Amino acid sequence: MSGATVYGLCSAALVGLGLFGLIVHPEPLRKILAFNLIGGGVFLLFGVVARKGAAAGFGGDPVPQALVITGLVVAFAATALAVGLLLRLSQEADVQPRSRMDSQP
Amino acid sequence: MALDVGLVLFVLGVAVWTVAARDAFSAVIGFVVYGLLLALVWMRLAAPDVALTEAAIGSGLTGGLLLGTSTRLRGTETPATGKKSVTGLRLAAALLCSLASIGLAMIVLLLPEPAPTLAPQAAANMAATGLGNPVTAVLMAYRAIDTLFETVVLLLALLGVWSLTPDRFWGGLPGRGRNADPEGVLTFAVQLLVPVGILIGVHIFWVGSVAPGGEFQGATILAAMWILAAMAGLVDAPRVSRRGLRLMLVAGPAVFFAIGLAGFAMAGAFLAYPEAHAKLLILTIEVPVTLSIAVTLALLVAGPPERTPQQ
Repeated sequence: MSGATVYGLCSAALVGLGLFGLIVHPEPLRKILAFNLIGGGVFLLFGVVARKGAAAGFGGDPVPQALVITGLVVAFAATALAVGLLLRLSQEADVQPRSRMDSQP
Repeated sequence: MALDVGLVLFVLGVAVWTVAARDAFSAVIGFVVYGLLLALVWMRLAAPDVALTEAAIGSGLTGGLLLGTSTRLRGTETPATGKKSVTGLRLAAALLCSLASIGLAMIVLLLPEPAPTLAPQAAANMAATGLGNPVTAVLMAYRAIDTLFETVVLLLALLGVWSLTPDRFWGGLPGRGRNADPEGVLTFAVQLLVPVGILIGVHIFWVGSVAPGGEFQGATILAAMWILAAMAGLVDAPRVSRRGLRLMLVAGPAVFFAIGLAGFAMAGAFLAYPEAHAKLLILTIEVPVTLSIAVTLALLVAGPPERTPQQ
């Protein structure tokens, strides 16, 4: 079994772990964390595919590697948006009783 | 091999910690370590460009963002922990998630040998791009359209974050603002670190054409330096309604689109570069894109405005 395969099995375990965290944690922040854990696993799986495609003097196939870089940046953007929603939600929950009265005609 | 197995055990241990930790703050710390360990894994997988990105964005920026969030949410989360999910549900979830893992593991073990690869094609055409780093060549030339729309996705995410602004703060300043402590140790550290960090960020961006690095990694380091200075209270976030700021945000995607469209006239296709000027055009795109990504990432971490424009 090569090093890449070991990391491939690791990525499979990470996806399962993250999925478990996503399902059992009631707190939204923990769900966001678990989702990023899954993301790490998925990117790693793709990295293993890239490593197995090593050819032409490169250590890995550069196409999946570039896609993982794109993916990491997009995952960050999505996390920032999720965190923004979460913080706004907690602010709304804090001021709920008053603002609900305000909004009534 | 032993190193690989040891590293995998570390990664899995930290991942279990991130899921099982009692409070969110410890879980986020676990996640930051997870990102750094993954960066080591990427080095072992011969992907130094991805390792840099993982360490800078996956661990650094995401970790910083989530740490700040967990501190702000502390106290509000306690009622939610009261209703722990039932043991039966947890068992069922564990079982189904293991099935997902086993399925993925089967796929890993059954991957075709030799694996299909685009590396020879990437190597064959690299001379035409004038670049020496195959990953940058993919990002800026072969799959430039992905990168173009990624910059647009970043902008959309920022629009999404800004749209969460309460009405009274619209057009105001992001975050709560901090006052600098001129004698503080953080101020001193930041004053020492930021100039060096900016240099490293620009360097990593610049060497990206021939060595590991590139605009995303460089931009992230530049954004991190601004975030550090803001944490120490040395700089304050700009008003989000400022025209100069918005120009910086759209400069990258706009130049990228313009050169992409010019590709129709110069080389007969969207985002095609004429061979004689490929490197020059790629650099012309990369400079404003790096600036836009750096500003967008910093503002994504800063969050929606929380102060009125006058403050």
